[in-house]
Amino acid sequence: MSGQEITIDDLKRVLTEAAGVEDGVEIGSDSLDTEFEELGYDSLALLEVAGRIQREYGVELDDDTATSARTPRLLLSAVNGG
Amino acid sequence: MNRRVVITGMGVLAPGGTGTKAFWKLLTEGRTATRRISLFDPSPFRSQVAAEIDFDGAEHGLKPQETRRMDRATQLAVVATREAMTDSGLEDREFDPHRTGVTVGSAVGATMGLEQEYRVVSNDGDSWLVDHEYAVPHLYNHLVPSSIATEVAWSVGAEGAAAVVSAGCTSGLDSVGYACDLIREGTTDVMIAGATDAPISPITSACFDAIKATTPRNDDPEHASRPFDGTRSGFVLGEGAAMFVLEDLESARRRGATVYAEIAGYASRCNAFHMTGLRADGREMAEAVRIALNEGGLDPTDIDYVNAHGSGTKQNDRHETAAFKRSLGEHAYRVPVSSIKSMVGHSLGAIGSVEIAASALAIDNDVVPPTANLHEPDPECDLDYVPLTAREQRTRAVLTVGSGFGGFQSAMVLTGADRRSS
Amino acid sequence: MSAPVVITGVGVTAPNGLGTRDYWSATLEGRSGIDVVSRFDPEQYPSRLAGEVPGFEPTEHLPRKLIPQTDHMTRLALVAADWAIADAGVVPEELSEFDMGVVTASSSGGFEFGHRELQNLCAKGNEYVSAYQSFAWFYAVNTGQISIRNGMRGPSGVVVSDQAGGLDAVAQARRQIRKGVELVVSGGVDGSICPWGWVAQMAGGRLSPVNDAERAYLPFDSEAAGHVPGEGGAILLVEDREAARRRGADDVYAEVAGYGATLDPPPGSGREPGLRRAVELALRDASVGPDEVDAVFADAAAVPELDRVEAEVITELFGEYGVPVTAPKTMTGRLYSGAAALDLVAAVLAIRDGVVPPTVNVSGAPEYALDLVVGSPRAADLGTAMVLARGQGGFNSAMIVRRPD
Repeated sequence: MSGQEITIDDLKRVLTEAAGVEDGVEIGSDSLDTEFEELGYDSLALLEVAGRIQREYGVELDDDTATSARTPRLLLSAVNGG
Repeated sequence: MNRRVVITGMGVLAPGGTGTKAFWKLLTEGRTATRRISLFDPSPFRSQVAAEIDFDGAEHGLKPQETRRMDRATQLAVVATREAMTDSGLEDREFDPHRTGVTVGSAVGATMGLEQEYRVVSNDGDSWLVDHEYAVPHLYNHLVPSSIATEVAWSVGAEGAAAVVSAGCTSGLDSVGYACDLIREGTTDVMIAGATDAPISPITSACFDAIKATTPRNDDPEHASRPFDGTRSGFVLGEGAAMFVLEDLESARRRGATVYAEIAGYASRCNAFHMTGLRADGREMAEAVRIALNEGGLDPTDIDYVNAHGSGTKQNDRHETAAFKRSLGEHAYRVPVSSIKSMVGHSLGAIGSVEIAASALAIDNDVVPPTANLHEPDPECDLDYVPLTAREQRTRAVLTVGSGFGGFQSAMVLTGADRRSS
Repeated sequence: MSAPVVITGVGVTAPNGLGTRDYWSATLEGRSGIDVVSRFDPEQYPSRLAGEVPGFEPTEHLPRKLIPQTDHMTRLALVAADWAIADAGVVPEELSEFDMGVVTASSSGGFEFGHRELQNLCAKGNEYVSAYQSFAWFYAVNTGQISIRNGMRGPSGVVVSDQAGGLDAVAQARRQIRKGVELVVSGGVDGSICPWGWVAQMAGGRLSPVNDAERAYLPFDSEAAGHVPGEGGAILLVEDREAARRRGADDVYAEVAGYGATLDPPPGSGREPGLRRAVELALRDASVGPDEVDAVFADAAAVPELDRVEAEVITELFGEYGVPVTAPKTMTGRLYSGAAALDLVAAVLAIRDGVVPPTVNVSGAPEYALDLVVGSPRAADLGTAMVLARGQGGFNSAMIVRRPD
């Protein structure tokens, strides 16, 4: 685990680059507990997100974590070693 | 016209041995041809296993200019075509070039050739503006994979309708289905049809790594492809080609040709759900199976063997099991189902045709190939998957299916040519 | 015989017009979309002209989340499909999902997407390759994405036969309809205008080395020196006539009346090229004689040898100066698998409006003896039109469309 903590804003940027944003969806601290599915991200999008997190932040997520974290909070917690 | 289409010649290049005989021997012995990748250095990759063919075009009679201009996938297709033509006994003078067509299925075309040439013109990715001075003259053939159909046609002298059929991993079924339609509607009398793919290259491995579709079981390559097993962890990339000579039954009989099997029915449907994901209920595949059976005038209970897609990914094997139950009803629990991908890997667009070959050979030999590496079935995969050992049994009608990225779901029914009265 | 198969909707993304209306008015006015490549800097390459689709802003038409997973040409295809479906008045939700299929043509898939990922692979490493590379570049991508976007679960697929593909896909759509499906979204939208695609196209040896937009692509002209490539194409809604009537669509563009496809013999064989047979097959399939064909939309390769073959087929079957011949693709460049699909749209609009669109910049060479419609459109009562398409590697296809009864 690298020292750098990944925030919801970082995640928002990665999500947007990896899979766009559905119209009408605003990702921020309010959506920490909204399920990715509801935010418009499927498992494929989350695999793309996981790849980007690994490249940019050096955090490797194991196979299931990337797609089993159902909300931004759970994903951030996995990434930040929570 | 209401013509019946039969297979009168077959050529298979699959991992574990070249030629139809070697292929069938591998399958019936339940041996696997998966190994650590040797075509490139796989160390940086998540999945380092593949089912490769020890293939050298020159050893199969390809001339230096042919091996230079043809991508590996094209070479496989042309060599498989030659075997099929010889096998069919269809001599040059016996067929009308104008009434002979070609369809070749391929998911990724000349992907190996493209990657090799890209590395040169870009100097290993140095510049977005690649250097045309380093482009080889046959690069266009790699750009547009219809060149594969051209090479196959020119290798046998066919001048009827020709095309590459590309629908991801169902291409090998769809190509043969397309060819059958051309014969049935009377456009052609003979089709050289089948499929090829040679995708074992860094770009393919990298993209399947990224979606975790291929297995990371790198310490145990021979047992890495584990369809329907509880420990399965993704598919094993493969390569291969299978080509057939298809004719209408009447003219095949007239010339006294040996008939492997009849293509009795075929259908494809699309899940319109996700480019890579599958809906758990298997509805669209079940629909394709239903229509294919219907086209062949068969009931589910007529099916003696199901040649499964059985890729060995978590989602596929469950999806497919659900589709069999949905389309075959109670018979799904009684009919043997197996996946040859456990032995020869998943050659993307080619595998559908390779599996048609396995299905026809099952009919021809009254033997059902096994699913290798199946020791502890996934509780959600609760059918008879013919674990480990081939089974001798009367096999008159076979269902073979495919499922692919893009949502494509295809099904084909083959029967012994004597199955239906004319 | 089954009910006629008809074209009930069209959607166009062409270099000289985004949308059917823009395309058709530009085409009748002789406005070309060929210009210097803007998608990358073409300065270092011998050929620098292309037909690029103007004014296309994908997020104006498509959900933003589709953007990262699609190549440029797939976005064009999705929008063309939306337009074709709307034009036909089809509401997919109201029809049976298994009765709607998608069969498109492709030549090189999402090549620019693939180019970017190859660069990621080679310059940065395998872990930099996108998850979407697993499908965004492959040949079946447009069919898959169109089926998902519109909930179409019927028989679907992709035909690759270089520039003949646009017709071969529509023929396959007709086949599926004759087997019982009600409608198929078909045609082709293509494009590989990225440096890697460009270099691969140049290797084919048929790109014009002339970089004057008005002199570069001159089929049937004594200065013919190859073609200008382009991007875009057309999506067509192909439908069973009775099914269209049932849903209240009486107004159709044209019937897909005849089709034929052949492959040339290998070079140097001394055997006759296959184009004539393709035309003859299409005529026979449509049960029409050459005298009943009112216009020919030529393949127009602009390679002298290929122009000669095409001109000979036309004059031998239709007579010298025997039928109006045109090549509106002189205004778009050749669009690979999108080329013939777009010509098919031009043909059905020509039938609808009673006008043959022009071939621009060309003064037909007299030795071809073709009645080439040059300069300005020609009013004509068109009942039946034929579209010809050829692909590198010897592919020949011919399709006949005619005014509905």
